[in-house]
Amino acid sequence: MKKDLLGIGDLTPAEIYAILDTAEAMREIGQRTIKKVPTLRGKTVVNLFYEPSTRTRTSFEIAEKRLSADTLNIAVAQSSVLKGETLADTALNIEAMQPDFIVLRHASSGAGHLLSRICKSRIINAGDGTHEHPTQALLDAFTIREHKKRIEGQKVVIVGDLLHSRVLRSNVLLLTSLGADVWVCGPPTLVPAGIAQSGVTVSTSIDEAVVDADVIMMLRIQQERMQGAFFPSLREYFTTFGMTAERVARAKPDVIIMHPGPMNRGVEIASDVADGPYSVILEQVANGVAVRMAVLYMLAGESETEN
Amino acid sequence: MDADRVSRALTRIAHEILERNHGTDELALIGIRTRGVPLAKRLAQTIRDVTHHDVPTGALDITLYRDDLMRAAVAAQPVVRKTEIPFSIDDKRILLVDDVLYTGRTIRAALDALIEFGRPKTIQLVVLVDRGHRELPIKADYVGKNVPTSQSQSIQVRLQEIDGRDEVEIQES
Repeated sequence: MKKDLLGIGDLTPAEIYAILDTAEAMREIGQRTIKKVPTLRGKTVVNLFYEPSTRTRTSFEIAEKRLSADTLNIAVAQSSVLKGETLADTALNIEAMQPDFIVLRHASSGAGHLLSRICKSRIINAGDGTHEHPTQALLDAFTIREHKKRIEGQKVVIVGDLLHSRVLRSNVLLLTSLGADVWVCGPPTLVPAGIAQSGVTVSTSIDEAVVDADVIMMLRIQQERMQGAFFPSLREYFTTFGMTAERVARAKPDVIIMHPGPMNRGVEIASDVADGPYSVILEQVANGVAVRMAVLYMLAGESETEN
Repeated sequence: MDADRVSRALTRIAHEILERNHGTDELALIGIRTRGVPLAKRLAQTIRDVTHHDVPTGALDITLYRDDLMRAAVAAQPVVRKTEIPFSIDDKRILLVDDVLYTGRTIRAALDALIEFGRPKTIQLVVLVDRGHRELPIKADYVGKNVPTSQSQSIQVRLQEIDGRDEVEIQES
């Protein structure tokens, strides 16, 4: 592996499987009375979050603490960024204090790549703009593999805001590289140009797409990124693309329903589906900690010059 | 050591364990991954044959407790596998099982890992081969065979469950 995890595109299928296998072992640590191993003792991890996040930041922090790393969180609301400091300057100032890892969440695509070029610390991308969110795709793959035993050949239908979703991009890269049959579905205004070239089937009819699905993954309608008029109203979106019990019934009987969170109930997913028997949404959250422990562990072994 | 000698050594150790602990009360076997795990299971089987009592058996992966992780940072990290101890180790007499005792560093890591699961009454160490060259003050309680080696040699333990046959071999390297 490279020293940084900036995107799924950096990983070979063998490396993806190695992370998933390591995560299996890491999960057991979370079930112990003493949920801690000394592996990253003396290592410092800075969680630098330029966008609001509950799940991802908490998940990284728990993962870091279970590996005994020293962690600190920089939330932009309380930092010098408000005084006009650039991302590069902030990163170099943090770097001057010798952290071993920087976990970065940023609204601009490629922010992690910038840090990777100027920092010696290992960089983990926790979501950059509309580009990638690699640890989310890894935990999704972990969850799929746990339920379906394998990823290859599974029909995975991803529904929602395809245009703005970094979760989509990471998942498409990961699932196609492991041989899943990936379908993407959303309003034509939210289908990125050229997505069919990444080896997925594109559909604008959810009723067609979900037929015989093994996995249905719902994406959040990102109201903070909806400057254009992509669809008439949230209510109409729900009618046309929302996941309802009737639509779930068209999929395979053992389908699992996933959502990276946070959910907009009644917009992309009906409450009875989100809380229903097919939903593995909270398992995804639980698995996130184990997967992030695996990523931290595996990157910790990589040398600084290898990149 | 061929398959017969491995088998005889394990049978002898099983009897020594029963003798020294006055039976199977509070006993539990924990094998260190990889080859300590099948050895622990065989000892449990022998003890069951002799006493008709089941001894709980678990598996311990010590990778995350190693003292050489991230020191050189030149190679990929060693693979981590699952620790499976499906019983409480509190107040048990734990028999920690490994294939080869060499520097003692694996056992140090295993002791650190183990005491995070609880407070056993005792921990005793079982090894199939003791090859010497300790770097830490650690000693085995039960030894299948003492094999004097030089540090340039390596000891290869093969077990039916993992390698398809039982043998212990010294290799010049």
